[in-house]
Amino acid sequence: MAGARALGVLSRFTSRRYALFIGNNFRTFSMAPALLARTHVNYEVKGDVAVVRINDPSSKVNTLSVQMQREMTEVMNEVWANNAVQSAVLISSKPGCFIAGADINMIQACNSPEEVTTLSQEGQKMFERIENSPKPVVAAINGSCLGGGLEFAIACQYRVATKSKKTVLGTPEVMLGLLPGAGGTQRLPKMLGLPSAFDMMLTGRNIRADKAKKMGLVDQLVDPLGPGLKSPEERTIDYLEEVAIECARGIVSKKIPLRKEKGRMQKIQDHIMSYGFVRNQIYKTVHGKVMKQSKGLYPAPLKIIESVKTGVEQGPDAGYLAESQNFGELAKTSESAALIGLYHGQVACKKNRFGTPQKEVKTLAILGAGLMGAGIAQVTVDKGVHTVLKDTAVAGLARGEQQVYKGLNDKTRKKNITSFQRDSILSNLTGQLDYRGFENADMVIEAVFEDINIKHAVLKEVEAVVSPHCIFASNTSALPIKDIAAASKRPDKVIGMHYFSPVDKMQLLEIISTDQTSKDTIASAVAVGLKQGKVIIVVGDGPGFYTTRCLAPMLAEAVRVLQEGVDPKKLDGLTTSFGFPVGAATLADEVGIDVAAHVAEDLGKAFGSRFGGGNVEVLKTMVDLGFKGRKSGKGCYVYQPGLKTKEVNPDIGDILEKYRITPNPAVSSDSDVQYRLVSRFVNEAVMCLQEGILNGPLEGDIGAVFGLGFPPCLGGPFRFVDSFGADKLVEKMRRFEAVYGNHFTPCQLLLDHANDSSKKFHK
Amino acid sequence: MRFGACSLSTTTQLQAQVQTKSKKTLARPGVKNIVLVEGVRTPFLLSGTTYADLMPHDLARAALQGLLNRTNLPKDAVDYIIYGTVIQEVKTSNVAREAALGAGFSDKIPAHTVTMACISSNQAMTTGAGLIAAGQCDAIVAGGVEFMSDVPIRHSRKMRKTMLSLSRAKTLGQRLGLIGSIRLAHLTPELPAVAEFSTAETMGHSADRLAAAFGVSRLEQDEFALRSHTLAKKAQDDGLLQDVISFKVPGRDIVSKDNGIRPSSMEQLKKLKPAFIKPHGTVTAANSSFLTDGASAVLIMSEEKALAMGYKPKAYLRPTYGTPKALERAGLSMSDIDVFEFHEAFAGQIMANLKAMDSDWLPRHTWVGTPPMEKFNLWGGSLSLGHPFGATGCRLVTTVAHRLQKEGGQYGLVAACAAGGQGHAMVIEAYPQ
Repeated sequence: MAGARALGVLSRFTSRRYALFIGNNFRTFSMAPALLARTHVNYEVKGDVAVVRINDPSSKVNTLSVQMQREMTEVMNEVWANNAVQSAVLISSKPGCFIAGADINMIQACNSPEEVTTLSQEGQKMFERIENSPKPVVAAINGSCLGGGLEFAIACQYRVATKSKKTVLGTPEVMLGLLPGAGGTQRLPKMLGLPSAFDMMLTGRNIRADKAKKMGLVDQLVDPLGPGLKSPEERTIDYLEEVAIECARGIVSKKIPLRKEKGRMQKIQDHIMSYGFVRNQIYKTVHGKVMKQSKGLYPAPLKIIESVKTGVEQGPDAGYLAESQNFGELAKTSESAALIGLYHGQVACKKNRFGTPQKEVKTLAILGAGLMGAGIAQVTVDKGVHTVLKDTAVAGLARGEQQVYKGLNDKTRKKNITSFQRDSILSNLTGQLDYRGFENADMVIEAVFEDINIKHAVLKEVEAVVSPHCIFASNTSALPIKDIAAASKRPDKVIGMHYFSPVDKMQLLEIISTDQTSKDTIASAVAVGLKQGKVIIVVGDGPGFYTTRCLAPMLAEAVRVLQEGVDPKKLDGLTTSFGFPVGAATLADEVGIDVAAHVAEDLGKAFGSRFGGGNVEVLKTMVDLGFKGRKSGKGCYVYQPGLKTKEVNPDIGDILEKYRITPNPAVSSDSDVQYRLVSRFVNEAVMCLQEGILNGPLEGDIGAVFGLGFPPCLGGPFRFVDSFGADKLVEKMRRFEAVYGNHFTPCQLLLDHANDSSKKFHK
Repeated sequence: MRFGACSLSTTTQLQAQVQTKSKKTLARPGVKNIVLVEGVRTPFLLSGTTYADLMPHDLARAALQGLLNRTNLPKDAVDYIIYGTVIQEVKTSNVAREAALGAGFSDKIPAHTVTMACISSNQAMTTGAGLIAAGQCDAIVAGGVEFMSDVPIRHSRKMRKTMLSLSRAKTLGQRLGLIGSIRLAHLTPELPAVAEFSTAETMGHSADRLAAAFGVSRLEQDEFALRSHTLAKKAQDDGLLQDVISFKVPGRDIVSKDNGIRPSSMEQLKKLKPAFIKPHGTVTAANSSFLTDGASAVLIMSEEKALAMGYKPKAYLRPTYGTPKALERAGLSMSDIDVFEFHEAFAGQIMANLKAMDSDWLPRHTWVGTPPMEKFNLWGGSLSLGHPFGATGCRLVTTVAHRLQKEGGQYGLVAACAAGGQGHAMVIEAYPQ
């Protein structure tokens, strides 16, 4: 049952390159209302075919805004009224974008679920008219066709798409806590069958054109063209239009049948699906998978299942009604607000607020070919940057280069790139053991062992060989950058670039600037990070910066919870059911017990008893016994290659027994344990804002969700405080404080918010 | 078949600074003139026809023997033999050497094989010209061969690995274990790639996209294909294709004519469905060149050597890069050229090339205009005569030489494209009659 295969999107909330909802705030207001000339939609009659062209002049992408919809309705009415026109082609004049989705501000501007429901019903009606059009409409798709754009396309009679890499189809609404609200939940199951439709809507993943053709989402493919009489983009759009016009004529002349002959497999599948109990089994399975993966914390997938089910079982009228009502309800949930907030934050963190750096980084050198170093190389080398990977030992270098190769080869196997592209990308990677050629490096990122003396040694070695403009970035997770920069001759060129493991999967990059770091150095680091595809927060310097500093107290609390006799599996269950994608014990294993011990000790020294809780000796004993987490095969759990399930490491029982603490029943309920973990995290985040480590709550939320896996459904620590209530959180913390002391003392900023309920981090 | 502005292929830089003042001859003082003495080819046949049971070196041998017959060249009078080929027969990977020995050339004459897709024999000639210009050789035989009636089809990689391990296995147990590891799927054979390795795109697909990028219609392509076949038929009937030698195929009849020339009607051409991009593509079987068996050979010498040996050369060879560059190097303009022979792999490709030459697509300073059709491929081309990948280049050059003689022109231009975005061009100057 491919139906609800990968709901991992929900738990990990990976972002997409192509945004469904593009908030372009003031666009609609800037238009003079009296202006009757159409700016977004136009059409031209070519023989007997009307070519309807979409182009939002004020944005890089087309969105189904109020104005777009109004003009589209006008144009379609004219097309239908024009007797010379037999058919229509719908095409975007924008390279790389068909329609990227609905205008999110339009939805957010609504005050009640009912208003959103009305909006959805208007969309449904518009697409129904397209679906029932007496003149066939061919959607000619080049570039992103997402959300409302996809719903528009599937309402058309025929779809032609370019095989361009930029052409992706999908229904990413679920990632914003919504559902396809303009007929998508009704048409997709009919087009693709239940399993594929569920898969598409519940994962929200992007589907490339060739896959879409195989699924039946697209009827014909067109190759993108190379250089010719016009630029490739322009000529490809023209060519697509030519082919689509031919298709439209073919449909009118009945040369192209709209009902395709069903294959044998399709017939068999349809037959099976005609049994009610089979369908019920699918609903049940999909529902079960959603509940398992989302822990019931996300209402959108459940509403999607409900809307589909209503449509299939009770007919289209009930289905469309359910869709629009569910859409209205979802749009006003806190989960949707949180996810949309994250989306906006992510967009904001994909911009360089420090401007364009004076010098583009064309050669990047990385010191240390370990997991991190090689990971950084992996995300750099395929962006056309000459990447030098330096290690001190052949074995380490070989392992690192193999990691880069494997990452690219996996992409080849998944057909994201060809083997030729893989090879030519790899030709940009130089592996070496010495500092040869470092004089050409524009930036050096060190990913060597976390020891201030080693960092100082490499910094001096690097400064001896690089040119004056070269930036030195440290990929440290906790050492203050100013301490590292203390050994530098040019501290204005020293910066922190904190990547998260695994680098190719984790989207966040935390950039740390000191008082001495120049603005151009920051701009350059951000530019490199953006090139690497990262979501970036820029924070102030200090022990643990932002992310590590938030994580440390939570892990300290997790250790205490373990010492109090809670089983690691139970601890994981408590954290994941709160919405964390990875449980606290598993997270410690992933981060590395040795790293956790190191950080706990360092930050403990820096922040004093406030960072206490669990006994650091627990972690240290584990490290001494070789239980360093996943990388060593044993940590809280035992990891066996090839095995998906993991068992609790039987040997840690003795360690925990040795450091056993008697739990206080007043603060040890499941819920209390959850809030003990979360409140320390949140309090520390708020304190980072209070101390100016953070630039604002938005970056704080993004850093916590994308770097540490803070529950996406809560939108990050700051949005959580807003929605949960600072007063309620403080109340809980006071109760914990009474038992554990200053570990739970709320910071001043949190108290301010608790005392004044009108104070919100997010407006 | 990508027409690259950057389609630089040949490594030869000779004749680089041809003086632009004299249009009479492109000869430069102090630089050896290189001449084409003779050029021959076997008839080009559709794959799977009369040549079906031969091997590639048999065809190459026939071309070499034909060259020897035409020129009465002593078998030890050449210094070097170079052959171009694309799909290599593994048994005769240096097909130049096998063919040369088989044709009775002295075993003291070294021979090597070059490969550069459809311009392999162009590269063979250019390499030969380079050797002469560098003073290493005086007489070269260059040629090309392609044999599509039989291509190496391999076992799958897994099967090959098992078979190689089997040959190393020492005990019966090891052998049985290896044999037991063979799965049915391993028996699926591996055909030679029709797609380019680097882009994974087939030539036909590429040509269709190229035609679309330059707005070449199906009609234009069909018309061009028809023109090619009609002209080829006329040239064949008029006895103009003098480079074709007769070849007694062992066990079969004597072959003396190309068999792929099929002038048809526009109505019939229109009926064909697109061969590569379905359903809206424009490249069909009829407006593409077909799979062909054939071999060609040319005798290239320094002018002094040719004259000393009593030969009457046919033309001077001036190999350079890409058409605009070739003309620029030679200090010629399009109007100076009397004879054009361009390789026509696909009608769509050649039409796109012509449109590109006439557009802003090329940088202004390299803009040279379009070759006039009344001088263009007048004796047919690859579309009609056939296109044995490795052998076409020599056919083009020989045809230019023959056309210059026949039509009385002074300069000819050869251009050809090849997979991998490469191309080749050469200016040929008539030898004073």
